[in-house]
Order: sequence, then structure tokens, then C-alpha cells
Amino acid sequence: MTKKYDTPLLDELEKGPFPSFVTEIKKAAEKNPMAADLLGQLEESYRTKITYWKHGGIVGVRGYGGGVIGRYSELADKYPNVAHFHTCRINQPAGLFYTSAAIRFYCDLWDRFGSGLTNMHGSTGDTVLLGTTTDNLEPIATVLSLNGFDIGGSGSALRTPSCCVGPARCEWSMIDTLDITYDLTQEFQDELHRPQFPYKYKIKVVGCPIDCNAAIARADCSIIGTWKGPIAIDQDRVRDYAKKGMNIQEEIVNMCPGKCITWDGNTLKINDEDCVHCFHCIAKLSGALKPTPPFGATILIGSKAPFVIGATLSWVIIPFMEMKPPYQEIKDLTRKWWEWWSEYGKNRERIGELIIRRGMREFLEISELEPIPEMIKEPRRDPFFFWKEGDLEGKPWEAWLK
Amino acid sequence: MGEIPEKFFIPEVVDVKQRVTDIGPPHYKNFLPPVIQKNYGDWKTHEILSPGLMVHIANSGDKIWTVRIASPRILSTTTLREFADIADKYCDGYFRFTTRNNVEFLVSDESKVQPLIDELKAKKFMIGGIGPRVSNIVHTQGWVHCHGSATDASGLVKCIMDELADYFTTKELPNKVRLAVACCTNMCGAVHCSDIALVGIHTKVPRVDHVKFKDLCELPTTMAACPTAAITPDPAKKSIKLNEQKCMYCGNCFSVCPAMPIKDAENDGVAIVVGGKVGNLRTRPKFSKLAVPYLPNNPPRWPEVTKAIKKILDAYIAGAKKHERVGEWIERIGWEKFFAVTGIPFTWQHVDDWTYAFETFRTYAHIKWVK
Repeated sequence: MTKKYDTPLLDELEKGPFPSFVTEIKKAAEKNPMAADLLGQLEESYRTKITYWKHGGIVGVRGYGGGVIGRYSELADKYPNVAHFHTCRINQPAGLFYTSAAIRFYCDLWDRFGSGLTNMHGSTGDTVLLGTTTDNLEPIATVLSLNGFDIGGSGSALRTPSCCVGPARCEWSMIDTLDITYDLTQEFQDELHRPQFPYKYKIKVVGCPIDCNAAIARADCSIIGTWKGPIAIDQDRVRDYAKKGMNIQEEIVNMCPGKCITWDGNTLKINDEDCVHCFHCIAKLSGALKPTPPFGATILIGSKAPFVIGATLSWVIIPFMEMKPPYQEIKDLTRKWWEWWSEYGKNRERIGELIIRRGMREFLEISELEPIPEMIKEPRRDPFFFWKEGDLEGKPWEAWLK
Repeated sequence: MGEIPEKFFIPEVVDVKQRVTDIGPPHYKNFLPPVIQKNYGDWKTHEILSPGLMVHIANSGDKIWTVRIASPRILSTTTLREFADIADKYCDGYFRFTTRNNVEFLVSDESKVQPLIDELKAKKFMIGGIGPRVSNIVHTQGWVHCHGSATDASGLVKCIMDELADYFTTKELPNKVRLAVACCTNMCGAVHCSDIALVGIHTKVPRVDHVKFKDLCELPTTMAACPTAAITPDPAKKSIKLNEQKCMYCGNCFSVCPAMPIKDAENDGVAIVVGGKVGNLRTRPKFSKLAVPYLPNNPPRWPEVTKAIKKILDAYIAGAKKHERVGEWIERIGWEKFFAVTGIPFTWQHVDDWTYAFETFRTYAHIKWVK
């Protein structure tokens, strides 16, 4: 029998239509003393409006420097079963697909070695197994590896790459997001398991500019599928949308940021040259419009949450990269970026922050990339610029003015 | 690499010497339903049949139906086993999760779609979240599992989703509305680019424990963690000095230095930011901006927060054109009108006074006269 706590405040969160996390903890608490004590401690947090988890704590498994997050309770005397309550991050299958057998395996593992509670999934994408003790970590890692699973990333390392559902179940995916994610994850196992960077490095892969995995906002390297061919139009299906009540002028033409669509009530025309590749018309006229090859990805760098310099969205570095196995170009570039960042980055400095500190020019030079207008929103507005020896050597104005 | 055993197994006695490292995740193909394996990358279109049901149609004519239900993200093994049983009954065992933590049952046989929906309804699962609606709220760990949380995340999510349940299960919105909750300004979820998001904040300076500092903290790291350079060395105490005038209570110093606790039961609270998006459709991706600087942390039901979210959402529903996201609506009507139609009081905190402040001051004479 597990210990029962009175939880009048948490009980309030079992009411209402949305599934209750309190009910989930209670279900686990029926058979698991860790989950039972978690409930007790959480009720105390609700009563006093404060967290009772201690700061950090380093735990891990042999050979790895991350993937397990140490967590200890400040109230261990009162709730001894959550004295240790470590998290294991498990590298999720790309696209978050599972079979019932795989899920039952997780359940068996976590009923035996953990609290019986999970997060499906953590923000980075890992399958998160919540709450275990230090002694159980090696057996957990062993059982996972015997069954083809491995631990994910944490700390100053490559974090577990993740992606949208991609070509597995989406007609819009212009790159194989699952395969790219799987391939890069396998390629960079060492960097994922053994923290060796100044800080974390996240890779997120999405199949189109809709960005269902928020790659542009929360990945140091954002890989976003795009296309170069014209938008193919099935005029009959466009007319069907109009017949069914869509106001094509209002909803499609007027909302196009490239102002490159016209509609005369019968035929939709797109001036592809002026298309900015935003994807609005394709997404709203699903099945009537579609992108055509060449397909590839826009590669962007640098997004992160606010600490320390403020939140950033990723910056375009390569407007279009072909994404075919073995994805050598992105792997080679990634290694160059990591080498530069490891050389110059300060402790806890993300790669985007380093680019700001040392300048985009240096970053592009080590990437062996020339500056192009697709990388910027607008040219600089200040009159202060660096000149390097040789910048004026070729008299760049001559060819232009000839 | 990438392989899974024919049958998953957990030995009675675990010999840790058997562990193999660096095998990476299992290959995703192990978990794809046959109809997906067959039509991988060859989908033609999809239709949303109801708020929780869509069908994807392949160029081959094959179809796969997806039934989506809400999940609190914290799931017990009991509930996961229930999902597995349901998946076995209707989906040949196949299901998945979305990047927003919903559960998706993948049905290959049309005759099983309605029985699946019926069973999910009977078991009181919340079906929906597809199309121009509220989907699940991306959120962080909160009091359940985090040392830095200024508020709880799961509790806020539960209260807001209860309030907005109809917008998940039935009602349509001008476009999808993506909500997020971060329990502190570290923002482990993508709160900074959401339509409407909550962030747990502190309003008082951290308390420096000078005795513990020298044992627990590293001076350069602690100084570097401060976004306003409010932390300087105090050689005499082998600790730091905190310039309280410069501190903006972000709590990043506590992230690297346990001797600077900042949590404060009475003064911590919740801010609401609005108008962010990550997609490129129509307008460029945008950051969320401050709408409400502080609401009290009032568990277990956070009535002020849920009421505020509902007010903002109602104003969006009343004012937005079809397909406009919250941020696009606000940009069209202007911020002065946003504050007018929502009634949110405009305060000192809304005027930026950090690094990029000058980017946010109005540099043109375009002004809407609002009542």
C-alpha cells in the first residue's frame, strides 16, 4: 500500500473537461510510492505557492555525460520517496510514432525502475521518464540498450534532434524530416552523449514553412523544407473551393505577401517569380495547389529563448540546400560551426550569441560562404563598417559600372 | 543500429555489463503503420472531417484516418497502457504523439473509425484540436519537477484548457491559436513565439547567501548570467554585490548559482504575452509581446489568469479576419486599439527599458484615435 495524502487543492484540478495531470499522478500513486510522495509534495507547493525541488545535482550513467537530470527534494524527510526524483530523457523515434508493444515496454520499464510517470514528450522532443533513484540509472540504461533504445541529450551537448510528422503523414513535406533527424542523430552520437560544447545545441527539422515543430524559434540550427519550382494549380479544385464558399479574393489573393496571385472568378494565376514561399495559399487550398521540385531546405542558425541577450529567431545562412542522403553538406557545415564555437564560445554562450559577439562575417568566413541578400532583412543602416585587407583589392565597383 | 528486438524484454536480473552505448534511437520505420510505409512521402491531400478527425489520402488512393485526443502530457503508465490497448483494438497497435503532446490514433481501416471515436467518447477522452482551433498547450515542468519554477505549469494548463475546451472540441476560431506556458523566464517551451502565452515571473531581487556563495557558485559564470550587469564581485566577502536598481528579477543568476534563491511565494506571478507565431504563412514569424505584466499566482484554479486569457481570446474572435493569427490581427488594428478593445491597462512595464528598447518606440505619426 502506498501512502495516501489529503490533497484538497489538487483535487480541484480533477474537475473539468480537460484530462487531469492530477488524476495521472494519482493513478501512478496507487501502486508507486514515489508517485504517492510526489502528490504529497505537490499539494504542499499548491498550499505555499513555491517549488520544493533542489537546485541541480549531477547524476549520470557510465560513459555518458548527460541524458539524466538529477532532481532532489528539499522535503526529503517529509516525502522520503521523492528524495531522489531523477529524470531520464530517452531519444524518441523520429516523428513520435509508436507501437503498442513499444509503449508497453516503456511502461514495464518504468513500473519496475521508476515512478510510473512520464512526459510524452519533453519540449526538446525526448520521451521523458520522470522520477527514479540513482541506483536504478545503470539498469535502466542497460535495459533500454538491450531493446534498441538510447538515452537523449542534456547539458552542454547536442540535444536530441527532433522533427515534424513529415513525409510519414503530410503531403506538404518537401524534405524527409524523419530520415534527416534519424541520420543526424546517429551521425552525432558522441556529441549528443558527451557534453563538449560551450552550451546546448538544438537541431529541429520541419518539412515546410508552416514549421509544425517551431524550428525557427527554438533550434540553434533550424532546417526548414522549401521549394524552387512553380506552384502547380489544379483549377477545377480551386473552383470547388470557391463553390464551397471560400472568398478566394479575400482569403488567398489579398493575404499573399508577394502580391503575386490573381483570381478572376474562374482562373487562379500565380506569378511564381514574385512568390516569397510563405505557403499560405498552398495550405489553405489544400489539394488544389502544390509546390513542385526542386525541393530542399532553408538552413537557419541561432534561435533561442531569452537568456541572456534576449530571445532570437534563427537567421538564414543557406537559402536553399539539397537534402539527400547522406546529408554530407549539412554534416560538414555543422562540424565547422561546432569547431569555431568550441574555440571561441564562452561558457553558456549559444552559437547565435557568439555570432552576435564576433560578427556574422567571421561566421560566414569559417563556413566558407559568401554574403548574399537572402541572408538579411535589410542592409546595415549605420555608416560604421569593418574593412579587411583585400576587400577593395579586386575593385569590386569596376565590373558593376563597366 | 536502429534495430529493435523481435519482442521487447526486461531481464529478471539486469547485468549492466551488457549495456551498449551510442546506438541512438530505434529507426522510425519500426513504428510506422504499413499504409504509411507504403505511401511514405507520397501523400496527395488531406481533409479535416471533424475537429478531431482527419483523413490523409495518398496518390495510390490509400487512406489513413487520424483521431486526435488531448493529453495532459504527464501520463501514468496506467493511461499509456490504456492507449496501447485502444491502439491494438482499432489501429493494429499504431499511434503517435504530436509536437504539442496530443495523442493521435492512426486507423487504416475505415470501419474502425467510428467505433474508436465512440469508445474514446465513452471513456471521456477529449477529442479535437485539429484545424482552426486551440490545440494542446505546450508547457514546462513547474512545481511537479523543476527547481526554478515561479509558478506551476500543469495546473495553469489544466485551468486554461478547461476554460477553452469548446475551442478544442468544436468551435472554430479565425485561425489556430497556439498557447504556451513557461513556469519561469528560462522558457523551456517556445513561449516567446506563441499566439498567447504565460510566463512565470519574479518581482523581487534574489537573496544572496554570502556564506554559501563561495562554496556553491562560480563568480565569472554568475556575473555573465546577468543580462543587466547588476552583479559585480565582492572580494572582501568572496561573494558578489547585487545592484538592486539594475536587477530585472529574471532569475538567470539562480540558474547558475544556488546561493541566490529568488522564489517568492507572495510576489511571484504570471505575465501574459501575445501575438507570436513560428509559421511563415502570410506574415513573417514573430515574437510574442507583453500584454499583461502581472497576475497573481492563485492556485489551484488561477481565476485571474483564465479570465484574462478568455478576454484576450474573445477580443481576437470578435476582431480578427479569417486566417489572421493573433499577432496579425494586432498588427492590423494597432497596439493602441488592442489595449482599447481588450481593456488591458497600459502600464510602465509595457514600455521596454532593456537592450532593444529603442526598436519598440513609435517612430512615425501613424496613430489611431481610440476611445
